[in-house]
Amino acid sequence: MSPDNYLYLAALLFTLGACGVLLRRNAIVVFMCIELMLNAANLALVAFSRMHGNLDGQILAFFVMVVAAAEVVVGLAIIVMLYRSRHSASVDDASLMKL
Amino acid sequence: MESLIGLLVAAPLLGALVLLTGGRRLDRAGHWLGTALAATSFVLAVVLFFDLLGRADGDRTLHQHLFSWVPVAGFQADIAFQLDQLSMTFVLLITGVGSLIHLYSVGYMEHDPRRRRFFGYLNLFLAAMLLLVLADNYLLLYAGWEGVGLASYLLIGFWQDRPRAATAAKKAFIVNRVGDIGLSIAIMLMFTTFGTFAFGPVLSSAAETGEGTLTAIGLMLLLAACGKSAQVPLQSWLGDAMEGPTPVSALIHAATMVTAGVYLVVRSGAIFNAAPDAQTVVIVVGAVTLVFGAIVGCAKDDIKKALAGSTMSQIGYMMLAAGLGPIGYAFAIMHLVTHGFFKAGLFLGAGSVMHGMNDEVDMRKYGGLRKYMPVTFITFGLAYLAIIGFPYLSGFFSKDEIIYAGFAKGGTQGWILGSVMLLGAALTAYYMTRIMLLTFFGEKRWQPDAHGHEPHPHESPATMTIPMIVLAIGSVGAGFAFNLNESFAHWLEPVTGLAHGDSPVGHGTVSLAATAVMVIGVGAAYLQYGRRPAPVVAPAGSFVTRAARRDLLQDDFNHAAFVTPGTYLTRGLVYVDHKLVDGVVNGLAAAFGGLSGRLRRVQNGYARSYAVSMFGGAAVLIAVTLLMRAV
Amino acid sequence: MNALTTLGTLAAETSTSTGESVQFWILAPIAVAGGLGTVLMRRAVYSALCLAGTMIILALFYLANGAYFLGVVQIVVYTGAVMMLFLFVLMLVGVSAADSLKETLKGQRWLAALLGLGLGTLLIAGIGQAAGGSFTGLGQANAGGNVQGLASLLFTRYVVAFEVTGILLTIAAVGATMLTHRERIERIKSQREQSVDRIKNATHIPPLPAPGVYARHNGVDIPGLLPDGTPSELSVNATLRGRGQIREVHREALRDLTALEQRTATYHGQRRQQGIDGGTDGASVGAGNGTEDERGDAGEESR
Repeated sequence: MSPDNYLYLAALLFTLGACGVLLRRNAIVVFMCIELMLNAANLALVAFSRMHGNLDGQILAFFVMVVAAAEVVVGLAIIVMLYRSRHSASVDDASLMKL
Repeated sequence: MESLIGLLVAAPLLGALVLLTGGRRLDRAGHWLGTALAATSFVLAVVLFFDLLGRADGDRTLHQHLFSWVPVAGFQADIAFQLDQLSMTFVLLITGVGSLIHLYSVGYMEHDPRRRRFFGYLNLFLAAMLLLVLADNYLLLYAGWEGVGLASYLLIGFWQDRPRAATAAKKAFIVNRVGDIGLSIAIMLMFTTFGTFAFGPVLSSAAETGEGTLTAIGLMLLLAACGKSAQVPLQSWLGDAMEGPTPVSALIHAATMVTAGVYLVVRSGAIFNAAPDAQTVVIVVGAVTLVFGAIVGCAKDDIKKALAGSTMSQIGYMMLAAGLGPIGYAFAIMHLVTHGFFKAGLFLGAGSVMHGMNDEVDMRKYGGLRKYMPVTFITFGLAYLAIIGFPYLSGFFSKDEIIYAGFAKGGTQGWILGSVMLLGAALTAYYMTRIMLLTFFGEKRWQPDAHGHEPHPHESPATMTIPMIVLAIGSVGAGFAFNLNESFAHWLEPVTGLAHGDSPVGHGTVSLAATAVMVIGVGAAYLQYGRRPAPVVAPAGSFVTRAARRDLLQDDFNHAAFVTPGTYLTRGLVYVDHKLVDGVVNGLAAAFGGLSGRLRRVQNGYARSYAVSMFGGAAVLIAVTLLMRAV
Repeated sequence: MNALTTLGTLAAETSTSTGESVQFWILAPIAVAGGLGTVLMRRAVYSALCLAGTMIILALFYLANGAYFLGVVQIVVYTGAVMMLFLFVLMLVGVSAADSLKETLKGQRWLAALLGLGLGTLLIAGIGQAAGGSFTGLGQANAGGNVQGLASLLFTRYVVAFEVTGILLTIAAVGATMLTHRERIERIKSQREQSVDRIKNATHIPPLPAPGVYARHNGVDIPGLLPDGTPSELSVNATLRGRGQIREVHREALRDLTALEQRTATYHGQRRQQGIDGGTDGASVGAGNGTEDERGDAGEESR
């Protein structure tokens, strides 16, 4: 088996996550789909690390994880705030970008 | 002494300011304040006049530089005054007649609730007129020129509740505007040609300038003069301007403002001297107007409009004389001054008659007034004799000099001009006699006015009769005094120059001829109006009479020549504007609007929609990257 | 641990073993299924569980690829902490709030499908174009141990980024606290004070209507019906309503009521007709209401 398969899998998961972001309206699910995309990217990075025989890819994946953790904290806080003020977790309800 | 020049203007200006902003508390004394300030100006003028007389001939030009108005590199406009013999003459006429008419107005406007405002406007007029004649450059002259236009507008439309007065005011303003454009163009031409518009440099360097430029400047100045002095083709406003109060007609539309055009031409004499073509046009305009005005004057039944026609005609004389060059300038001014006396006197007399006849203006409804208004009759009569050129009264001297100068033009031109002016003199005698006979002689044809009040003619109060008497004295004596040793012409000579042309007919012959045509005119009028009672309702008359009653179809001409084509042009432009310009603009706007309406949908505010665009962009980027690699 | 070592030795090689390929072909479809579940499950909790499953499988793949540290971190931090955080928030927001399947944005689904397909195709095509087949393997890099290797890189070459990440985490923690914190500006009212207030303002002096007054429905998630058959908004907890967890039964009840009235009316009509025909007295009608009903029912059934 070629390790390229990991990359194909990563691409597939990334696309799935992207479609989820586009399709779902629950902000939390949207957020989870973003996590899925990040994870797919991580898988690709790890696979790259193995292909190239150095650990830089893993380091990068590590940073992605840390940043994703920070993002989750802030993002979920925002969702909670949003839910408190608008009583809804739907991303469509917060269509305030249009005046 | 120079410092007094500014005060000449300042006094009436102060009056206008105080009266127009002072409010009702000035209602009781405002008219006397206005009159006093006008008289102050007159006193100052007399003081300055004696100062000038005390100086040597060549030293009679005073300058006062108040301040720099627009000091820009290459463009210097100053508020500066110049008082020379020509200005002095005008200042004396303006302040003198002006003061008298102020005094007259005290009585005439006694019952008008807005009398204070009237005096404010009169003072404003005096200030603007003095500014006009005292300015030492064309730009300041222009300021005064516009100022008198404004005052004229305000005063013609003083009874603004009368639609005719309001319309007449607008008409005067708009027709004057045509002339004002001429003046502004002339000033611009001067600036590009000479780099300045001060009288001194412009007039002294006129002789070395190309004739074409000078002709252009001259014609533009003439256009301005035509507008202000009601000369053909811009004459149509003067008749309607009679809707204003009679003192206004006397002061502005007979004695002073309408002569500003003559002043302008005489003041710019150096330019016209070097541009013979422009001079010819001036002569033609003057000659046409003098006949035109006279014919209109013959046909009008409205006493003020008949006098307005006469004014037009007399200014035609002046304009013609001014067009003759140095042989005519002095006499143009001399006629201007004598005309100021007798025409103001005639108007004041007419005002006095109207005052006694419930503001009736139709001469056919007067008749036999000499017994009821003796002072008015005598003063009016003296002015009448003066204007028709009765020997040894004012008009006789000044008009004969102009006719003589016309003949002195020489050749066929001289004969034509002389004949036209003699014809004008005959017509003058005719229409003035007609006015005289219809108003003061014959039987009473009085009619009750619109409210059913029978007129009770009575002599006017002293405030009105005194100015009339003074003006009558001027009408009688001024010409003789001026003509003594040609004193007036010599007084003006340093400014206007003086020349004697070779006339094929002598002075005496001209006087004789003028007197003869005068007698013919008077006789004809007597035959028509003196021997049999005049009908109250005007007879239908011939075609010429009907045309003359309609001011020789001037309004019809203007309407056909300017208003109708203008209307159609405007309609066409509006059509083009609507269909073409608006079509393009609106089409563009609609196209952009539609496009934005569609693009707006992209900006729907939903984060997921934006995410679609982001992913689309990412997909495109990847596609491009792959393509680049493949290539 | 033994298994891990085996996996590690597998990753160290420069070609993949059959074992790894078997593992991949078993786990990869499960991971994809988890991803699909995340995207497609109506209820957010299911989505979260699917995602957790995918993440665990990804952790296994990390291990298979020689990233031992990351594999463990993936399970501990991601599946353990982050996903728990998600679940907490889900519970906070409304655990069973299901997404409506109706798409509100016009063409969004088509576009999403098209883009997903396009993006996926492009990515796979790109990988297919770039894939070389051979690979280096981590044998050398992991020689001193994976964690040690990562640490030596992290604290030398990437030390600045590491520090900055620390700052980022601090900021995120403080930010989340700031965002969710609400300053209480007044004391909480006691129950007694609340009732005093109600009396004073004359709002809801009696207790709120009870939910589910019918014998069939006594759950708190069912609004009580008012005498006219309409549900009372006041009878259910506002939080339940906010989460969309109210069961709607009143329509059913109203339908039943209408049917009942109809049957009664039909029966009465028949009786009246019979009364006219047979001359039955009206007094017995009121007395035997229940039986008449039953009779009406029976009659309806027979029809």
